Amino acid sequence: MQFGEHLASPRSAWTSGRGEMADVVVSSRARLARNLEGFAFPDRLTPEIAQQVLGRVQGAVQAFGSGWSFVQLSGLSAVDRQVLVEKHLISPQQMQSPQQAALAVRDDEALSLMVNEEDHLRLQAFRPGLAVRETLDDALQADDRLEATLDYAFTPELGYLTACPTNVGTGLRISVMLHLGGLVRTRGIAQLLQVLPKLGLAVRGLYGEGTEAAGDLFQISNQITLGQTEEEVAAGIERAAQQIIDQERAARRMLKEQALEQTQDRVQRALGVLRYAQLLSGEEAMQLLSELRLGVEMGMLQVSPEAVNELLVTALPGFLTRTMGHELQTLEERAARARLIRERLQKEGI
Amino acid sequence: MQCQSCGLRPATVHVTRIVQGHVEQAHLCTQCAQETGEIEMLTNPGALLQSLLANFAGHGQALQTETETHCPSCGFRFSEFRETGRLGCPSCYAHFRDELEPMLRRLHGTTEHRGKLPLRRAGTFQRDRSLQLLRRDLQQAVAREEYERAAQLRDEIKKLEAEGG
Repeated sequence: MQFGEHLASPRSAWTSGRGEMADVVVSSRARLARNLEGFAFPDRLTPEIAQQVLGRVQGAVQAFGSGWSFVQLSGLSAVDRQVLVEKHLISPQQMQSPQQAALAVRDDEALSLMVNEEDHLRLQAFRPGLAVRETLDDALQADDRLEATLDYAFTPELGYLTACPTNVGTGLRISVMLHLGGLVRTRGIAQLLQVLPKLGLAVRGLYGEGTEAAGDLFQISNQITLGQTEEEVAAGIERAAQQIIDQERAARRMLKEQALEQTQDRVQRALGVLRYAQLLSGEEAMQLLSELRLGVEMGMLQVSPEAVNELLVTALPGFLTRTMGHELQTLEERAARARLIRERLQKEGI
Repeated sequence: MQCQSCGLRPATVHVTRIVQGHVEQAHLCTQCAQETGEIEMLTNPGALLQSLLANFAGHGQALQTETETHCPSCGFRFSEFRETGRLGCPSCYAHFRDELEPMLRRLHGTTEHRGKLPLRRAGTFQRDRSLQLLRRDLQQAVAREEYERAAQLRDEIKKLEAEGG
């Protein structure tokens, strides 16, 4: 597979819309932070030594066999890097400072590796739906294969050593992306957002740290990485996710029982605008897509969940710019967004 | 007694520090003592004198250079961590242990890793972990005058140590 195909397609391992609890959970992700012994953390490496780290990781990735791409981010345009962020393959931080950073990605994008981000290595596994243990297993297995040739910075007391002490120990961050359209509309969300941090869980928006919860999509993840086993972390996230799913489903039942007409009206209006609008801002598209998603999740609309996820990626600025092939002015961008969404919906037979 | 830092070589350097009224003791091998900068203090009378003078005079600037140490591996200063939230290299964890420990406790509630061990070295680490626990049990058994149990533990320790070669 050519690397360009990753950039050209809105599809990713997390967009299939399949998996357990897919009516609430978009995707599950497990990320492991690792560093190589004998090297300073990426922030403090000279370009020459950073290249040595890159070389070592690239060599280790060869153990994964074919079906992988390895690219240096400095060789990509800013727009291409933005697309990789929008597909969750690199971090916003890496997008901005691509020097000496690289991405290794499996063809299906279910496994990928960021090199020379905050840590030398950030290995991540993705699955659609609620699949916390499975993504953890994917990540740990890949980690074992890398560790066959790489010497990780590790001490028995503190575990895997990371640039930031918030990741030290297991280096594991498990996150689950949830669509909480029901809780947002019934105002139950505020309470949930207050409770989660007290349970040691972080809540973030669609694109991680410091991003807004656009489209009613929320990521919950563990904060503690030291003193718990990987399995304990996974069990904790799974328990929390299950409780949130129950609450979200209860909120949707409430919408159906107490505000059926209003909910249907909002969903159908959203579909109407998405089908016929000629100009759509990113913000408006996100809101409408959340209504559409809720309609699909509540069985009011016959649109494939995969199409909803792909529409989400399609509507994002980086992907849009890349598809159009040049930098877009505001009006142009809105027109392109509206057109691509109309076309995708037509393809769905809507 | 074995070195507290590497746990491999016998401790030959014994350092006692009094930090804000707390007595801290460190038992290190020569190599680790050199790496952490302890031994330079002891073998380099010039440095010792300088630091004594700095303390004695309470000279602000000299005091600052004395308290702000560098990581011997990467030259990182802890004040940089306060700015960026990131450390310089893996060795910073050992070097700035005193500064980091309370923070790790605050962040994670503990300072003890219980998760995965690197595959290839898992055996060694597991043995170290077991030996540490057995030695602690042995000390307790001796203190309680449970000599039969202590003999048992001593045999287990010997066996484990022999396995390591």
